[in-house]
Amino acid sequence: MAEVEFEPRIIAFLCNWCTYTGADLAGTSRIQYPPNIRIIRLMCSGGLDPVYVAKALLEGADGVLIGGCHPADCHYQNGNYKARRRVAILQGILEQVGFDPDRVWLRWISASEGQYFADTVTEMVAAIKEKGPNPLKGVGAI
Amino acid sequence: MIDALVDVQESTLQTIQGLLRTLMEKGVVDALLVPLRLPAGNVAPALVTDPAVLATGGGADPLAPMMPINAARAASNLTMTGHQEKLGLVLRACEIRALVELVKFQQVSLDNVFIIGVDCLGTYQATDYQSISDKSQLVDELLAGAVTGELEPHEGIEFRDACQMCEQPLPEGDHVALTIGLVGVEAGKVYLKASEDWAEALELTAGDTPPGRASAVEKLIAARTQARDAAFAEFRGRVNSMDGLLQQFSTCIRCHNCMINCPICYCRECIFRTPTFEHESQLYYQWAARKGAVRMLPDTLLFHLTRLNHMVTSCVGCGMCTEACPVDIPVGTVFRTVGQKVQAIFDYHPGRSLEEAAPVQEFREDELTALGKRHHA
Repeated sequence: MAEVEFEPRIIAFLCNWCTYTGADLAGTSRIQYPPNIRIIRLMCSGGLDPVYVAKALLEGADGVLIGGCHPADCHYQNGNYKARRRVAILQGILEQVGFDPDRVWLRWISASEGQYFADTVTEMVAAIKEKGPNPLKGVGAI
Repeated sequence: MIDALVDVQESTLQTIQGLLRTLMEKGVVDALLVPLRLPAGNVAPALVTDPAVLATGGGADPLAPMMPINAARAASNLTMTGHQEKLGLVLRACEIRALVELVKFQQVSLDNVFIIGVDCLGTYQATDYQSISDKSQLVDELLAGAVTGELEPHEGIEFRDACQMCEQPLPEGDHVALTIGLVGVEAGKVYLKASEDWAEALELTAGDTPPGRASAVEKLIAARTQARDAAFAEFRGRVNSMDGLLQQFSTCIRCHNCMINCPICYCRECIFRTPTFEHESQLYYQWAARKGAVRMLPDTLLFHLTRLNHMVTSCVGCGMCTEACPVDIPVGTVFRTVGQKVQAIFDYHPGRSLEEAAPVQEFREDELTALGKRHHA
């Protein structure tokens, strides 16, 4: 039987005002990008508790993309700066406990950057393919 | 601040009891939160409003080398909803650090509150402490070692893990009204560092820091730092892959004791105790079907990873989590090791100063600028 190519599953937490709208623009502009991404819309990247990122990773997601407004462009003034600190803390922790922190990506993508959104997903899928599956994938009894 | 050396009357403990009593009798404080010897022989923090209690029975015993809870938690109960009394908190260094963090998170109010810090000579696990019948011998040994800064545990037992690697055993900071110093102080003396009004109330004669203190403190901190780095290296060698992490927490029974006993985990309603993690029965079967099996209770590792995310930046290293763990997971060592790296991102030292905001409380626009940008455009 032929080896099936590894298709990463990426969970994306996107802010309503910028990155989610950017993803929408990618769609309405018919820009192609890999279908490996499952999007969860948030009102703000600053509202993302790391518990949900950790949950996704422990459940076997191969990557997590967090998308927010560019610095100084947050719809709620500063939510993206808070998200940035949380991601820095999360990545620091993951690195210390032996989990590849580069499976978690933070990207500032505005509502007008449909092409950049598609490029980011393409890039991330390629990068995660190179890394291979999340070592926790299929490990049920953790 | 006034430095003074006072002569020991009877014993070091009785001298300290006398000082605390003077503070209460002169009305410098109306109440004290202080470790008190209980009838069963052990010691626990207690709120004392009658100065006579300080020297009755076992009386107050801030020297007892055991720490049942981080008393900063009790300070929250005693200060958050208003109090008339001038309250003195007799605390160890790690309790003061936890207190400072709780002030930042608005869980302790320092209005009408004074911190009395005591040099910590190390503490034993509660069960070890209970097993030694001669409690005063335990203290005498430590006091003898404190003179030179060479603190060795009682024969046959060890200091708590957190104490073995504690490189900040002395009260520090401007928020401390009175320091009761023991490390590097010649036998028969107690070193006091007090604010001017307190020095006057205690009738202290201004003097110098004891000559041996600096070198004894340096020696103690060097030994502890070495032990700490060895513990960090051991942890990093063991937990360097997902397998290592799974190993580390595999025996967890998800009792939440570490969270309940953590002074920093102050949330009234922890997310792990909300309906977020209560699921329809059918969901468990779906998850099991997808993965082959699902551990019950689920989300054990998620609990620890999340707790790390929520509070490791403010972890003061008191090790109460390790003490509370019924299956002997070195939770405190995990938090200290991970905390060292994560706190360094923000150059943050939990409990050091009331002026610095905790990393999870603030942000700067000009920091971490590489995060969020494309690596190679």
